[in-house]
Amino acid sequence: MAIEVRIPTILRTYTEDQKSVTGEGASLAALIDDLESSFPGIKERLIDVKDGKDDLRRFVNVYVNDEDVRFLGGLEATLSDGDQIVVLPAVAGG
Amino acid sequence: MLRLDRATRDAIVAHAKRDHPDEACGIVAGPEGSDRAERLVEMVNAAGSPTFYEFDSTDLFKLYRDMDDNDEEPVVVYHSHTATEAYPSRTDIGLASEPNAHYVLVSTREHGNNEGPVEFRSYRIIDGVVTEEEVDVVTHLPARSTT
Repeated sequence: MAIEVRIPTILRTYTEDQKSVTGEGASLAALIDDLESSFPGIKERLIDVKDGKDDLRRFVNVYVNDEDVRFLGGLEATLSDGDQIVVLPAVAGG
Repeated sequence: MLRLDRATRDAIVAHAKRDHPDEACGIVAGPEGSDRAERLVEMVNAAGSPTFYEFDSTDLFKLYRDMDDNDEEPVVVYHSHTATEAYPSRTDIGLASEPNAHYVLVSTREHGNNEGPVEFRSYRIIDGVVTEEEVDVVTHLPARSTT
């Protein structure tokens, strides 16, 4: 089972400059754990702990097949073979 | 140094004035690695706020998909400050995530929606370090190199 993950410029320091990597997992949380084993440090850039529970960072957007994963259950979102994941940092400020 | 053609510079200023007192935001895309700010894309400030801006997540996805299809990258990321100077705020610095981009700030604090000069400044923001750079406004960008 392979899931393609598009990596934004700012996180390519973790992926040896690769724009796109593959991982596996039945949920977004499992996929991120799998990525962490290949690219140590990346998980912390995607996830933080809120009220004792892992959550996607507020200013990181993850899309599964073109849809914001926040509308698909967040870290619990179910993934299948061939899904395409895009990670994009929010463009935001004050 | 950031080089911008006058029409793009004026369009960014017009956007900032139009959206005042809320912050305006957008990008100027250009061919990957070229550092040429060619294609202005005004974005909606999903925060609709005088003190915060954020691209809508669906708009953000489409924007990056379009740039990807065109082999483009964000050469400029711009937004306005409506009550403070055109200098990156702590939030701007903390959230800056395009190490290759020129971060342009426009301040509309003086004249708001009305005619009149604005502060228009550009920065690099890399790993929390802000470096101001010169803005060179030209009539037209030089022709693309063919080599």
